[in-house]
Amino acid sequence: MAQNNIGPKRLVVGAHYGLRDWLAQRLTAVLMAIYTFVLLFSFLTGSNFTYEGWAGVFAQQWFKLFSLVTFLGLFYHAWVGMRDIWMDYVKSVGLRLTLQMATIVWLLVCAAWTVQILWSV
Amino acid sequence: MSEAVREVPRKERPQFRNIHVTQLSNYRLPLAGLVSILHRISGFLMFALLPVVLYLFELSIRSEMSFAHFAGIASHPLAKLVLLALAWGYLQHFCAGVRHLFMDLHLGLDKDSARNSAATVLAVSLFLTALVGLKLFGVF
Repeated sequence: MAQNNIGPKRLVVGAHYGLRDWLAQRLTAVLMAIYTFVLLFSFLTGSNFTYEGWAGVFAQQWFKLFSLVTFLGLFYHAWVGMRDIWMDYVKSVGLRLTLQMATIVWLLVCAAWTVQILWSV
Repeated sequence: MSEAVREVPRKERPQFRNIHVTQLSNYRLPLAGLVSILHRISGFLMFALLPVVLYLFELSIRSEMSFAHFAGIASHPLAKLVLLALAWGYLQHFCAGVRHLFMDLHLGLDKDSARNSAATVLAVSLFLTALVGLKLFGVF
């Protein structure tokens, strides 16, 4: 391989986006796990299981920001996972690229929607 | 004599290389493999249901009126089934994800521990899903 690393046959690897995405998927996983426990804890330790109790959790500014960061992490996590699924099962390059772009656009829409939802209460 | 010792033609063991979708039902996955493919399926399920989750979340926190609307939707048996599927997806993905994180730290990588942790993941997530289901359908 060493004498063949120039020209059209060279080994095109080393962008490191694989490692970066792998690491990001793990970090966002930990973040989402923590968020799950914090959300369960703040809701279940309250005695108010009505609308006020539920919306009250999300009315606090720190929880809005925590939620937003977690949801953004979720969308990144979902992107890595969906990209893996498309890469594994969709063999046509054109279709795969279309699906990947649609996934990105859709997740961005979801991110904007999440901001709107979180700041509506 | 020669008749008696002649070998009975043995049933050929199936070989699987780059299996096609149509062969999937003949292929029995080990437990760890089952957890692996369920991780993918549950992840995809949650991605597909993302708009449903965001819509319901929006209704549930926007106002008291929208909350009542949310409660109305959520009380429909079909909606409860979708919610139960989501709960299963989340719990399965969560438990298998925790297993993944431990394995990334090189814990429990040998065959026996991996099989045991896979069984634990399935048992815990199904148990918790059953609890959510009982709660959803008002058993307690």
